[in-house]
Amino acid sequence: MMKSKADEEDYWNSSKYNAFTFDDADDELSALKETKKAVNSIGPLLAEDGEEDWERVSWSGEPVGSISWSVKEMAASNQRADREPAFPKISTETPSLSKSQSGISLSSLFKGKPKGGNLQTFNDVLGDSSLRLYTPELRKPKSEYKDLVSDWSAEETVQRLQQGKGVTLEKFRSLQDKLLLLDLAVAAHDGNAITAVLIYLKRTLCKEVLFRELESRQTALRHFIHYLTESREQRLLLELLRALGRTEEAALLQYKDYKNIADENKRRDFLKSCLSLQFGGEDGNHVQDHYTLLERQIIIEAADRKAEREGKLEVFQKFPRKASILNMPLITTLYYCCFYHYNEPEGTFSSPLNVRQTFKISEKQYFTTALAARAKLKNWTDVDAMFNSRNWLGFSKKKSPLSFQRVVDILQKNSAPTRVLQEYVGLVSDAELRIGLAQKHKCHDIVINTYRDMKDRQQLAEYRKKVERGSAEERKIDELLSNQQIRWKN
Amino acid sequence: MAHSARRDSPELPDLSLLKRLVRDQLIYLLEQLPGKKDLFIDSDLMSPLDRIANVSTLKQHEVDKLYKVEHKPIVSISDQICFLIRPRIQTVKWICDVVNADKAAGKFRRYKIIFTPQKFYACEAVLEEQGVFGDVTTDEWAFYLLPLDEDIISLELPEFFRDNFLAGDQRWVRTAGSALHLLHSLFGPFSKVYGIGRCSKMTYESWREQVEQGEQKARHAEIGNVFLIDRDVDFVTPLCSQVVYEGLVDDIFRIKCGCVEFGPEVTSSDKSIKVMLNSQDKVFNEIRNEHFSNVFGFLSQKARNLQTAYDKRRGMDIQQMKTFVSEELKGLKQEHRLLSLHISASESIMKKKTKQDFQELLKTEHCLLEGFEIRECISFIEEHINRQVSMIESLRLLCLLSVTENALCLIRPVSCAGFRQSYGADHLLTFSNLRQLGLLVEQQPGETLTVMESKVGKLVNDRTAVKLTDAFSSLAKKSHFRALSKKLNLVPKSDEEYDLRVPRDMAYIFSGAYIPLSCKIIEQVLERDSWTGLEEVTRLINGHEFAVTGADPKSKSDAQRIILVMFLGGCTFSEISALRFLGKERGYKFIVVTTAITNSSRLLEALLDNNV
Repeated sequence: MMKSKADEEDYWNSSKYNAFTFDDADDELSALKETKKAVNSIGPLLAEDGEEDWERVSWSGEPVGSISWSVKEMAASNQRADREPAFPKISTETPSLSKSQSGISLSSLFKGKPKGGNLQTFNDVLGDSSLRLYTPELRKPKSEYKDLVSDWSAEETVQRLQQGKGVTLEKFRSLQDKLLLLDLAVAAHDGNAITAVLIYLKRTLCKEVLFRELESRQTALRHFIHYLTESREQRLLLELLRALGRTEEAALLQYKDYKNIADENKRRDFLKSCLSLQFGGEDGNHVQDHYTLLERQIIIEAADRKAEREGKLEVFQKFPRKASILNMPLITTLYYCCFYHYNEPEGTFSSPLNVRQTFKISEKQYFTTALAARAKLKNWTDVDAMFNSRNWLGFSKKKSPLSFQRVVDILQKNSAPTRVLQEYVGLVSDAELRIGLAQKHKCHDIVINTYRDMKDRQQLAEYRKKVERGSAEERKIDELLSNQQIRWKN
Repeated sequence: MAHSARRDSPELPDLSLLKRLVRDQLIYLLEQLPGKKDLFIDSDLMSPLDRIANVSTLKQHEVDKLYKVEHKPIVSISDQICFLIRPRIQTVKWICDVVNADKAAGKFRRYKIIFTPQKFYACEAVLEEQGVFGDVTTDEWAFYLLPLDEDIISLELPEFFRDNFLAGDQRWVRTAGSALHLLHSLFGPFSKVYGIGRCSKMTYESWREQVEQGEQKARHAEIGNVFLIDRDVDFVTPLCSQVVYEGLVDDIFRIKCGCVEFGPEVTSSDKSIKVMLNSQDKVFNEIRNEHFSNVFGFLSQKARNLQTAYDKRRGMDIQQMKTFVSEELKGLKQEHRLLSLHISASESIMKKKTKQDFQELLKTEHCLLEGFEIRECISFIEEHINRQVSMIESLRLLCLLSVTENALCLIRPVSCAGFRQSYGADHLLTFSNLRQLGLLVEQQPGETLTVMESKVGKLVNDRTAVKLTDAFSSLAKKSHFRALSKKLNLVPKSDEEYDLRVPRDMAYIFSGAYIPLSCKIIEQVLERDSWTGLEEVTRLINGHEFAVTGADPKSKSDAQRIILVMFLGGCTFSEISALRFLGKERGYKFIVVTTAITNSSRLLEALLDNNV
C-alpha cells in the first residue's frame, strides 16, 4: 500500500499546489457583486418574507413530504451537468431560519466551485500514496503565505476557512462585509468557520454592535456563547446574556461560580449574594434552599466537630463521623440529623423535624430517610415507634406512608434481624408478595400462616420440606396438616 | 419472519484499511519532527491510538517518552516536544503555558501540536493570543474513523453529542462530512443517501461539497447505500436498560474502544484483565447479540461441546495425538479461556443486577414504554429518588418518563425538586441542560399551556397537536413518543408470549417490549426505498428527512445490500444488535458509523454540569 520513501519525497517536493484557480472568474465576480448588493440593499435585520429567490422543487420527482428541496439556479446546475453525476444539494435550513441570513440568495454561494488544486480530495485512493490523501496541509505554511496576499472574496474566504486554509480577515472592515462573512459561514454549516469569523468580529466590533447583530442570528449566537464558555470569558458572556435579556441564563451562569469557591463561609456569602439574581421558574427557590442548607450545615458542622472532640456524646464515640456534612445534599443532611440528632427538640438547627419543616420535605421522603437512619443504628424501638399511630379509640395500628414491602427492603439492607423483619413482612397486604418476602427472609411463621389462611395444603406440605427437621416450624406444619377443622382447598 | 432469514448476506468490505491509512499518516507526521522527541497525548486519545499503533511503532519513529496531557507543568527534559491532542481551547492554553514557562526559564525547545481529527481556528487564535504562534508548529492528523469491529466504525468523538445538540455548535459537521467522504472515496460511490435530522442534513451537504470539490473516479462500489440519523430523533432508545449481552456488558463494565476491563470480581483473582470484544472472539461473537436470558444456556452448551472435543483425545494413537496437539489444542484452549471469562462475566452481571432490583426496574421501563400503569411507575421513580439510589439511574428514569409521557405535566409528585434534594443543589444546572435538550420537561407553575395542549392532543388527532406545538414555538421541543409508537407499532402487543430464543422482530433486544425507534425508521425507509408513507412519522419527529440518489448503480451488485448507517451523536450496542438482526432478516449487511458508542449513562453524564 505504501509507496517507497523516495516516492513520497518526490511527491511532496513536486507538488505544485496551484491553490485556487477559478474556471470561471467572471461568474464568481458577478456572484460576489450580486451578494454584496443584496446585503447593502436589504440590511441584515430587515429580511423580508418574500426572499425566496431560489427555486424549490421536489427533487427528481420524489415525494419528499414537507421538505422542500432547494436546488441550484439553472446556470449552476448546467455547469454541473457535464460533470460526474453527483448528489443533489438539499436545503439544510428550515425556511424560517434562513430568513435571518440577511436575505442573501443561498444559491449564489455555491456557484463555481474551484476544481483543481485542491489537495483535500480523496480521489484515486487505491493507486496513489495513502499519505498524500491523508496529509492535505502538511507543507502549507511555506507554500501558502504568499497566497494570502491575494484578495479573497467573502465567499472564497469562507470556503478557505472550511478547508482549514489560511485566510486574512482584516480586509473585511465595513459592518456589511463582516456580517456577510458571518452569514456565509453560517450558511456553510461549518462551526469552525463560524467561530473563526466570530473571533474576528469580537476583536474588531464593539460589544454593543456585536451583540445587537448576533441577536438576530441565532446559530452564530450559539456558537459565540459556546466559544466564550470554552475559553472561559465569563464576564463577556454575562454581558452578552444580559444585553440579550436572557437574565435567567445569566443568573444560572453566575450562580454556577459557587463551585469554584472552596471555603464554606465564602461560598455561603456568595450564595447569599446570588439570591438577588433573577432566576427563572422554581430555580430561585432552589438557590434559596441551597443557601439556607449550607448556612445550616456550617452551624451543625461546627457544633458537632466540637462535640466529637470533647467526647461528651456517646453517639459520636460509637459511630464516628466519616465525613463532614458540608456541601452534602439535603437528604444526606436529613439522614445525618436523624442519625445523630434524632431526639432533639424542634427548635434546634440540627433537629430532623426542623430540617423537615424548613425545607418542606414530603412525609414519605422524611419517613424513608428516618427509617434508614434509625435502622442503621439498630435502634429498633425508634423504628417501631415510627409506625405507631393511634385511632380515636386509642388502639394502636401500624401505619406507613411507604409500602411495607419497601420498608422490609430498607430494614433488610440495614441488616435487621429476622425477628424485626418478620413483623413488617407480616404487614405486607398482598399474600403472594408476603410469601415471597417471607421465604426470602426466612420468616417461617408468616409463610406457614399465610398458606393456612389461603387453605393451600399442597404448598404447605411442600414448604415442610424446606424447614429444618425437628424444628418448631415443622411441628407447627404437622399440626396444621392434621387439623381436621381446616377446609383445605386442595 | 425469523424462519425466512436470508442466508445470502453480502460480504463486508475490509475496514482494516482505515487503520493502515491513519497509521501511515501518523508515522509521516512524526517524521516531520526528526530526532528524539517526547510525546504528550490527550487522555481520551490513548485508547484509540492503541488500536492503530503500539509503543514500538512510536519508538521506531524516535518517540522517546510518552506522557498523558494533565494540564500541569511538565517534567520532560527532551528538546523536542510533540503534543497529540483533540482541538480544545483549554488544552492549547495549557500548551501555551508550557511554552511560556520554558521561555521564561530560558529553555529552548521545538514544539509541535498535532490536532486530531482537525484543528480549529479557535485553537490557533489561542496560540496567537498567548504569543507562541510561530514558536509552535501545528499539523492535523485526519484520524476520523476507527474501525472497532468488522461492522462498527467510531469517530471516537463523544463530545459531538453535547457540542452539537446542547450547545448548538456545528464544529463537528465538517468532520462528520469528511469522515463520510473518506468512506465514500474508499468504498463508494454511494448510490443512495437517506437521512433524518438537522445535523444529518448538514453532514450530507458538507460531504456533497467535498465530493464536488474533488474528482471522482469510477470505481467498483463496495457500499451502496447510506443512512444518516441524528441522535435527537430518538432519545428513548438510549435511555433504556440494555439487556442484550454486548449492551449489558457496556452498561455494567463500560466498553472502551472495543475493549473491556474485567475487574477482580470477574477474574476471581486480584488482577483486572483487559479483553478485546469483537468478532475475533468466537465465543463473544455468538452471544453478543443474544438476549441475556439465552446467554447462560448457550454458554453451558458450548462448555459441553468443548468437553467432547477435549475428550476426543482419549484412545488416540501417537500420530493422531500429534495432529490434535498441533492443530486443535491451541484453539480449544483459547476457546476454553474465553468461555470461562464470559461465564464469570455473566455471573457477575447476574449478581449486580439482582442486587439492584433489576426486575422491578425493567418492569417500570416497560410500563413507561407501553404507557401503562404510569402512576405505579411514578411512585417507583419517586422512591428511587427518595432513597438516593444511583443518581444516573434516577435521572434516566425521570427522562424516560418525560420523553415517553411528554413532560411531567400531569404529575406533581415527581418534582424535580425531590431530585435536587436527594442528589445535591448542583443539579439545578443539569436540569437546565436537560430542559434545553427537551429530555426533561418540567411543568412550571402557571404554565397551563402544556396541560391544555396535552389535553387537546388527546382529544384531537396528533396532527392538530403538532400544529399546536408549532404555534407555541417555545414548546417546540416536545416528544411525541406515544403517537410515534402507535404509528410504527413499536410496542408489540403484550398479550402474546414473546419467545426470546426465536426473536420475531427487533423488539427482542428489549425483551420483546419495544422496537427501537431509530432502527424501526431505518427499516421502514429501506423497505419503501423512500420516505413515502412516513410523512406523519417525520412530522412527529420534527422532520428534516431526505432521500437522494446519486449515480445510478452500475449493476445490481451486492454493494446495494450493504448499508452504512451513520449515527450523529452516538448509538448504543443494542441498536447495533437490532440492525444486525434486521440485516439477517432482510439479506442486508449494516456497517454502523457512530460519533461514539453511547448508552444511558454516557448520554446523561455528558449533560451533567460538572462536564465543562
